Amino acid sequence: MNTPSPVPHPENPATQGKTKKRNNFVSIQRAPYFFLFPAAVLFLLFTAYPIVHSFILSFQTTTEEGRVFVGLDNYIRLFQDRLFYESLGNTLIILVFQVPIMLFLALILANILNSGFIRFKGFFRVSFFAPAVTSLVAASIIFLLLLHQDYGLVNYLLSIAGLNSVGWLNDPLGAKISLILVTTWRWTGYNMVILLAGLQNIPKHLYEAASIDGASKVRQFFSITIPQLKPVILFAAVISTIGTLQLFDEPYTLTNGGPIHATTTITMYLYRNGFEYFDFGYGSAIAYVVVLIIAVLSLIQFKWAGVER
Amino acid sequence: MRNSVIQKTILYIILAMGVILTVGPFYWMIVGATNPSGETLRIPPRLIPGSYLMENLNHLFASVDIWRSFLNSAFITITYTFLAVLISAAAGYAFAKYQFRGKEILFSAFLISMMIPYQALVIPQFELFSTLGLLDSYSAIILPQLAYPFAIFLMRQNMQSIPDSLIEAARVDGAGEFFIFFRIGIPTMLPAITAVSIFLFTHQWNNFLWPLVALISEEQYTLPVALATLAGQRSIDYGQLMLGASISILPIFILFLFLQRYFIAGIISGAVKE
Repeated sequence: MNTPSPVPHPENPATQGKTKKRNNFVSIQRAPYFFLFPAAVLFLLFTAYPIVHSFILSFQTTTEEGRVFVGLDNYIRLFQDRLFYESLGNTLIILVFQVPIMLFLALILANILNSGFIRFKGFFRVSFFAPAVTSLVAASIIFLLLLHQDYGLVNYLLSIAGLNSVGWLNDPLGAKISLILVTTWRWTGYNMVILLAGLQNIPKHLYEAASIDGASKVRQFFSITIPQLKPVILFAAVISTIGTLQLFDEPYTLTNGGPIHATTTITMYLYRNGFEYFDFGYGSAIAYVVVLIIAVLSLIQFKWAGVER
Repeated sequence: MRNSVIQKTILYIILAMGVILTVGPFYWMIVGATNPSGETLRIPPRLIPGSYLMENLNHLFASVDIWRSFLNSAFITITYTFLAVLISAAAGYAFAKYQFRGKEILFSAFLISMMIPYQALVIPQFELFSTLGLLDSYSAIILPQLAYPFAIFLMRQNMQSIPDSLIEAARVDGAGEFFIFFRIGIPTMLPAITAVSIFLFTHQWNNFLWPLVALISEEQYTLPVALATLAGQRSIDYGQLMLGASISILPIFILFLFLQRYFIAGIISGAVKE
């Protein structure tokens, strides 16, 4: 460039027609809008609009004359609906057991893989992570066979050990346990990878200082690792909670919500109302209750982590 | 020193048990896919892979058009990933490298929408696509999540590390904004773009609830929908079912084994801030 232009502007006449002649029809001011245009349009049409529409639908019901506003009727019906409570209860029971168990296992595995003397780390990491990339439907199908009451491998192994067979998919309690097992199987490695990254970010000198002071490994774990890792554990807890509250694919393929309603989760109930009974208004009201529960639980988790720090 | 040997052994045993529990079911899937249904359901069950693969494949073909579903899934996933990566890279680049009016509001809107569970959108999206007359088509599956907020977020985080001096230098040389994005932005961000691509690919390949709702005719089914239909039949042939599961898992596994570094990078960049 032999004519240095004070403002490096593509439409600057000083640079125009010089050296490379490029058709700079987009100015710096306008460029970001062009870059954002596809994302913004798609987002407005397929995400923002449905969010608003769903909210409106939740105050409507379908009659012979079409949709009519019924105020809070859908929400009132929800609070009197025994099946709604049951599916909410199922979801919360699964949540309360599944998320802590999974995070505990993930924390143990991450800590083992983070210690210096373990070899074949790559192999272990890949193995533990593998379930997270498989399709839920395919995974559920495998477990359908593994957990089969009469012919499943799990009950066969139990019988060798001299134990009674369990109705993993046909017993109300067994089916809930199965869902917890399958969900834990799928997501432990995923959480482990997140926690492992968090562990590797903890400054080494903290441990060195603690060792010099004579703190034991266990002591170091509780007074250095856990506090340092808290934000990452919180992140894992929040995404796992959201994931479990939205549990759908596994119960749909494994148990179809049964036996009776033992594994009907809240999102399965939403699906039933929307796409089996075609009650879109009621389904939308359920959806917004799920949104509310997720918001409240996330808030509680953030508050809890904030207070403890 | 004795202590540490015992300690190491215990840790390796825990890890080995973990491997058996996580990888074991996949082994069982292969056993099921290569044996007749009866062999897998026998007591005691057959624990090693057999030679019944081709027969199971024939039975599978007879029950569902699995190749058609495979091709549906492949076409949808590849098209989706390509477009979604381009769209989120462009949006991420705009958020990371430009100052403009409405930037904060738009970015917050994307972030907030990540907290809304997907199920809340299924019903209105169904209505929308039925109004547009696009139900039961590839576009019904590709369009809704093309602007994927999490991908845009990841792209923005990564694009921030493109040096401004590089962009300025290109502008001084007379390069246009699009040219800079395609020739500097994208090439310098290839690792992040790979990570986001894999994330989106896996997400779409395994996508279930929306295709289940939006696809009506059998020849449009994606693999997960076809498999779920097969699993819901009254009499289940486990041989073909396990083979179907294998077919749907295999592409992702191959991708995962070669690109696992990027799979993991994609997850971590959302969780751990440098």
